Amino acid sequence: MKFFKLTTLTLLMSLLHIAYAQAFEIREVESPGGLNAWLVSDKTVPLITMRFSFRGGTINDPENAAGRSYFLSGMLDEGAGDLKSQEFQQRMSELAIRMSYDTDREHFTGSFQTLSENKDAAFDLLRLAVTEPRFDAEPMDKVRGQILLGIKGDEENPGRIASKALLKTMLGDHPYARVAKGDADSVSSMKPKDLKEAWSSIFVRDHLQIAVVGDITAEELGPLLDKVFGALPKQGKNISIPDLKAPEKGSITIVERKIPQSVMSFAMPGLVRSDPDFITAYVMNFVLGDGGFGSRLMEEVREKRGLTYGIYTGLASWTNGGLLIGSVSTQNAKAGETLDVLRAELVKMAEKGPTEEELEQAKTYLTGSYALRFDSGSKIASQLLGIQQDNLGIDYVEKRNDLIRAVTVEDARRVAKRLIDPEALTISIVGRPEGIPLRTGEAPG
Amino acid sequence: MFKSVLSSLLENGRAVSLALFALMLAVAATAAPARALDVDVSEYTLDNGMKVFVIPDHRAPVVTHMVWVRVGSADEELGKSGIAHYLEHLLFKGTKRLKPGEFSKIIRQNGGEDNAFTSYDFTAYFERIAPDRLELVMDLGADRFANAVFDDRDIKTELEVVKEERRSRTDNNPAALLREQLSAAAYTAHTYGRPVIGWMSEVEKLAAVDAQAFYQKYYTPANAALVVAGDVDPEEVLELAKKYYGKLKNDVPAPKRVRTQEPAPIAAKRVEMSDPRVASPSIARKYLVPGVNQAPPGVSATLDVLGQVLGSGSSSYLYTELVIRQKVASQVSSWHNGDTLDGGEISISLSPAPGVDVKAAEEALDAALHKLFKEGVSEDRVTRAQNQLVASNVYAIDSQFRLAYIFGAAFAIGQSVEETLGWTNRIKQVTAEQVSDAAREYLKLRNSATGVLVPAPSKAANASSN
Repeated sequence: MKFFKLTTLTLLMSLLHIAYAQAFEIREVESPGGLNAWLVSDKTVPLITMRFSFRGGTINDPENAAGRSYFLSGMLDEGAGDLKSQEFQQRMSELAIRMSYDTDREHFTGSFQTLSENKDAAFDLLRLAVTEPRFDAEPMDKVRGQILLGIKGDEENPGRIASKALLKTMLGDHPYARVAKGDADSVSSMKPKDLKEAWSSIFVRDHLQIAVVGDITAEELGPLLDKVFGALPKQGKNISIPDLKAPEKGSITIVERKIPQSVMSFAMPGLVRSDPDFITAYVMNFVLGDGGFGSRLMEEVREKRGLTYGIYTGLASWTNGGLLIGSVSTQNAKAGETLDVLRAELVKMAEKGPTEEELEQAKTYLTGSYALRFDSGSKIASQLLGIQQDNLGIDYVEKRNDLIRAVTVEDARRVAKRLIDPEALTISIVGRPEGIPLRTGEAPG
Repeated sequence: MFKSVLSSLLENGRAVSLALFALMLAVAATAAPARALDVDVSEYTLDNGMKVFVIPDHRAPVVTHMVWVRVGSADEELGKSGIAHYLEHLLFKGTKRLKPGEFSKIIRQNGGEDNAFTSYDFTAYFERIAPDRLELVMDLGADRFANAVFDDRDIKTELEVVKEERRSRTDNNPAALLREQLSAAAYTAHTYGRPVIGWMSEVEKLAAVDAQAFYQKYYTPANAALVVAGDVDPEEVLELAKKYYGKLKNDVPAPKRVRTQEPAPIAAKRVEMSDPRVASPSIARKYLVPGVNQAPPGVSATLDVLGQVLGSGSSSYLYTELVIRQKVASQVSSWHNGDTLDGGEISISLSPAPGVDVKAAEEALDAALHKLFKEGVSEDRVTRAQNQLVASNVYAIDSQFRLAYIFGAAFAIGQSVEETLGWTNRIKQVTAEQVSDAAREYLKLRNSATGVLVPAPSKAANASSN
């Protein structure tokens, strides 16, 4: 079959500047009671999506109550006010409300969606969950059983074992190394009073950030914010944790498991989100191992050699530190070869950085694809909440692509040199890897 | 082609600020049915028989372009399991005009993302990109549909990638291995009993000639559909579709999908597996039920309601009975998937509560079902399930990808747009009596296969060493 002039068309299209048209307006809504939310009002779909978070997640957990905020996240739809667990669940299903909670290291997050026709009743139920959770013994035991099952499952999950071992080696006892679920002992002894404490220390108005998208106006939203969150106390304790100090010397930990594939996690010291080099590091890492197909690691390890289904790196950037973290898995016999290729790529990136062409390609993709993160109500809500959490300002959506475009090849080289340090590469491998060179004193366990 | 994710590593890290977890779909997509209402769908047929569906969604400057082919793993010949999925991988390896990997590279260079997925009944390829790039994507998509080349070296490397994919998804995960065994046991004759990714023993023998033959047989325009959702005008999309996909030729007629049909089940099946990698026991059961194409009118919707009533969420029947009242399970859920070319399934998955014997948990499950057969399903439960299913439609239209997926998948199994759009009404018409009758009729043990996964008595070495 004869085909058209693809190359001409392709080239022409590539040279065009991809115009990013922001199709929505973000408004800052202040409630009569002084609460703030970012709102994108859009009546196309009769849905309202709200995402909110409180500063302070697993880093809030006391030493002797590991897993406390994770436990809390499982209990906020298990009864509130006069509604016991089953009554609450029935009400949620009658109204077809979607409500869930989650905790990460630094934020406790709520996700809430309702049909706009059920708005008043749905926000009322959310108010109950947020301000009057019950923590009854029976649902607590049920959730406890589920968490314990999860903890046990993680102990046999190669990916979980690898990441836990990696973080333990790199971060030791730092709060960022915590596993959200906690451990069997702490979860078994968790009491309603612990969860009440967690709830009252986390659910504080000054630590609250809110994003709302969908079929609701600013005028409607303001009073609803007060209704839902108004009864919470204004101020709470600020949590302070020590800065992260990841080791400068790398190591390899092997956790033996009888599985056909070696599952590997690896990391090096990274940087905080507020670091002036963050965006440059983000673009550089995109070239290295983010973004899947087309990254150097994916090309070398998967496309050229067929060693894996996927290899990825990403920046885990928190308030008090960060890591450049990655993962790959390969059949046991190829573990050594895979690590060799990884190391060689790291050395290359550290020494020379991305090429001019790679950098341009990364920038074109990252700026052109930014709109893809905003094509549904729930995606917009999570982007808006993330931008608030990172304290980037309400105009960040407009500025972001310019920040990416401003990255120069000199910047990228400098930041590659700063961050990529093959000597600092810490690796954990779960499986029965072959061909891993062991140097004495290298492994911690 | 799917991305595995860093999620286990970043457990609760802030990876979201990166575009790391782009798009996640299983090789075998078994999403719960949720079909859209209140959407405008324009449907056209090109001269070569290829279908075109356009669903405008002007909320964002984004377009989703998909090509759906009516072929999946259940169409594979004996001994060639995994070829549909392997071919899907190979279609990223170049054409007469494009070098391996160049397709995706051009998409990225235009700010788009692309991927593909394979299931029992279909294979689909998609790109998400700015609307002014749609023409480019159509040009590339039409080229890939007709002009793929299968270079020997790339083919071998990609086979290694697929084997690693199988190891990651299945062989490294005892629960996935059990699911595979359970499907194999559930089907006596139908090819739904084979894994989409294929048996390793057959995958490792797949060759260029197999891929070529499969491609030539199934990738003909009369056997495919173009689905475009997004910030576009249907008439303009049609013009572009004519220009690019309209030129494709049917070198062979669209193949008839003649598959061995599953005989009526007469015996309950059972698989039991123990593995040192299992932390806690679990039970998985599936009942073979008629799919949407075979079921008498209204029955598929009734089964949707039944699946929802039984085990969707913490106020569902089984959850209330087994987790809350009797406390024999930590988790239980169930769902119905009837959106298939041939037979459908109702599935139940259960984790016994800590300290509860797996046998006792299974007996409690059967007793709870018997109680339901005897007492019937309450009006109240049916109404709630209907509300949730109808609402799930509204939630679904929030996602442009999902919109395109719904109409593509319907095409692949031979469901019309009208049938798809009529789902909400069919759900609303289901009565409690029908749900009770369907439970009695379809949840008979002889229609079922049960899989039990338990920890092996002696655990593998757990020691950490260097």
